[in-house]
Amino acid sequence: MDLAFTKEEIAFREEVREFFKNNVPPETRRKLQEGRHLSKDEMVTWWRILNKKGWGVTHWPKEYGGTGWTTVQHYIFNEELQSYPAPQPLAFGVSMVGPVIYTFGNEKQKKEYLPRIANVDDWWCQGFSEPGSGSDLASLKTTAERRGDKWIINGQKTWTTLAQHADMIFCLCRTDKNAKKQMGISFIVFSMKSKGVTVRPIQTIDGGHEVNEVFFDDVEVPYENLIGEENKGWDYAKFLLGNERTGIARVGVSKERLRRIRALASKVESGGRPVIEDPAFREKLTACEIELKALELTQLRVVADEGKHGKGKPNPASSVLKIKGSEIQQTTTELLMEIIGPFAAPYDEHGDAGSNESMDWTAQIAPSYFNNRKVSIYGGSNEIQRNIISKAVLGL
Amino acid sequence: MDFDLSEEQRLLKESIDGLLTDAYDFDARKKYMKEKGGWSKALWGKLAEQGLLGLPFAETDGGFGAGAVETMIVMEALGKALVVEPYLATVVVAGGFLRRGGSAEQKAKHIPGIIDGSKTFGFAQLEKNSRYDLFDVVTTAKKKGDGWVIDGEKFVVLNGENADTLVVTARTKGGQRDKTGIGVFLVPADAKGVTKKGYPTQDGLHAADITFTNVEVGADAAIGDPENGLPLIERVADEARTALCAEAVGAMDESLKETVEYIKTRKQFGVAIGSFQSLQHRAADMFVALEQARSMSMFATMASDFSDAKERSSAVAAAKVQVGKSLKFVGQQSIQLHGGIGMTMEAKIGHYFKRLTMIENTLGDTDYHLRRVSEGGGLLA
Repeated sequence: MDLAFTKEEIAFREEVREFFKNNVPPETRRKLQEGRHLSKDEMVTWWRILNKKGWGVTHWPKEYGGTGWTTVQHYIFNEELQSYPAPQPLAFGVSMVGPVIYTFGNEKQKKEYLPRIANVDDWWCQGFSEPGSGSDLASLKTTAERRGDKWIINGQKTWTTLAQHADMIFCLCRTDKNAKKQMGISFIVFSMKSKGVTVRPIQTIDGGHEVNEVFFDDVEVPYENLIGEENKGWDYAKFLLGNERTGIARVGVSKERLRRIRALASKVESGGRPVIEDPAFREKLTACEIELKALELTQLRVVADEGKHGKGKPNPASSVLKIKGSEIQQTTTELLMEIIGPFAAPYDEHGDAGSNESMDWTAQIAPSYFNNRKVSIYGGSNEIQRNIISKAVLGL
Repeated sequence: MDFDLSEEQRLLKESIDGLLTDAYDFDARKKYMKEKGGWSKALWGKLAEQGLLGLPFAETDGGFGAGAVETMIVMEALGKALVVEPYLATVVVAGGFLRRGGSAEQKAKHIPGIIDGSKTFGFAQLEKNSRYDLFDVVTTAKKKGDGWVIDGEKFVVLNGENADTLVVTARTKGGQRDKTGIGVFLVPADAKGVTKKGYPTQDGLHAADITFTNVEVGADAAIGDPENGLPLIERVADEARTALCAEAVGAMDESLKETVEYIKTRKQFGVAIGSFQSLQHRAADMFVALEQARSMSMFATMASDFSDAKERSSAVAAAKVQVGKSLKFVGQQSIQLHGGIGMTMEAKIGHYFKRLTMIENTLGDTDYHLRRVSEGGGLLA
């Protein structure tokens, strides 16, 4: 047992840090630090910088543009990316549909889609959840009916993150109404510009517009846009959801936030002294740092295990990472709220200015607190994660 | 970065797990606890035979030169089996003082008796008002001729009832809470002026309250620098805390297993109660708590090699915080999920709860260590 990184790993970390320092646009970094939303341009610009460096799709197989890094290198890269902070690659393309296409797609599909995902020539979104199908995803009702060399798609998806920017969608559609619910689903990709696709924004409690409803009204899609086999879509969805295992803890994100909390708590005064000098506050912060250290090590154990024994089935330990990671992220936003106290109140509809110049940095703290309630709901709610642990780990 | 055990470490784990599976089921434990002193000399002899009592000592001292990982392996196994024999006090604590502070003569005099299992040690540190501050010492050691005279009272001395020799912290200079002027002394338990009141502790171990009245010991009683012993005491206490974390992980691991097994078999309303989601989620949360504790136990273990003393002690304190939180949750919920049967002395599960509870209050509880980390500037730095 040895906790230390090797010399090579430390050198790699330096290389990554140096690259971020020299290449992440400062304005992008500042906005992330302050919990602001980035514009589409800001994100795409950064992703293309990453892709040019060859780091756009790091974990893909080398033949499709991946890096061939070790699991530890991937860990270091993600950790540094999150804690710098710089925008993470667009998960829907890079972590979700990309691996499904290079694993289950045909040659034509690989050639057509993969390079465009890597360079974000296409912005992808995910068509999974429906109004009646949240945790019980397999009950989904959107249909794809085969008509000659076309699919005719009808139905509604929801919680579609950043669909307002999207060029493409990967969609779970019911293709066999008579099969058992998991068996009759297919994985189909198509253009968001297709006739019959309507995107309607959903405003979330923080006032932001991240998610959307997407309606399909007799949308015509070429038959060849089916990925893999007909009615096997549920298997691909499970593959996709189990694929992003260790990034889910978002240790780097929480680390960056805890650093920010220490800095802000040293600046803001309460009771005639900086908030950080209040023992009660400081102990809450320390408790959170300890939880995060434990989570980081749990994550490293999973990473090391995957490095040694290969990525087989989804590791149920990733449910621990999801539960703890989301709880800690939420705690960090609570601590930020505590620091600013009454100054959390002013609401700025456009989300880009504080109540006044000197308190500019407070603008996004309450919205970010409200917004972060989502992290224990999305990606399989924490209750679903507990179901997974109790079944897959404890055998209950 | 590597979390796997080496081949030798794996063999060590198999060997101690095997030994305890054979010799330390719940009934055997009850039998051992009824023996004189409350623990089994025969079992202790078996640990000695397998070399487990000599693990951390240097080969030149007759040991195996093993490190913190090996101690973690052993402590985890002892925790799983709820072993009541005085491994912590003798091998980890007294052994630690001898290894890190003992002179060649002291090592030669005391280590062989630990390794062959013929001698056990007690740790006389806690005082009436010291609580968890290792530097808060009223007991005095005054120079007399070449030797020392020790006076004072120590409480809940680990293995105090049965130890052959006591490791005693005592003040050679300064006031109650001064960080200098503290020494560490080896005192034969049968020395003139040592009076002890022994008792079993809540977890089935044995301790004692001990009064030292004009106890005269020789010059060779002092381990390390008698006027500046605190760094040594802190170092050894950190090793003991790390060992306790591992013991707690073993106990939690087994506690969760027992509980899951129980709710799979216990039927109410015609079904196994483990089919109820409220219980499943509780068990899942116990698993999360256990894994977080396991990570921090490993962290503390690996921190023992950190060269920076502050970093090391803050890692150990952080581990004790996480383990303390986890053990409370796992311990309490193990009882809850067992229902009424968990309340009985007859069921094993309550004994895990009791040992876990006592571990939290040994060498600093959760709040104490949280404050230490917090006052030290946090853990991220």
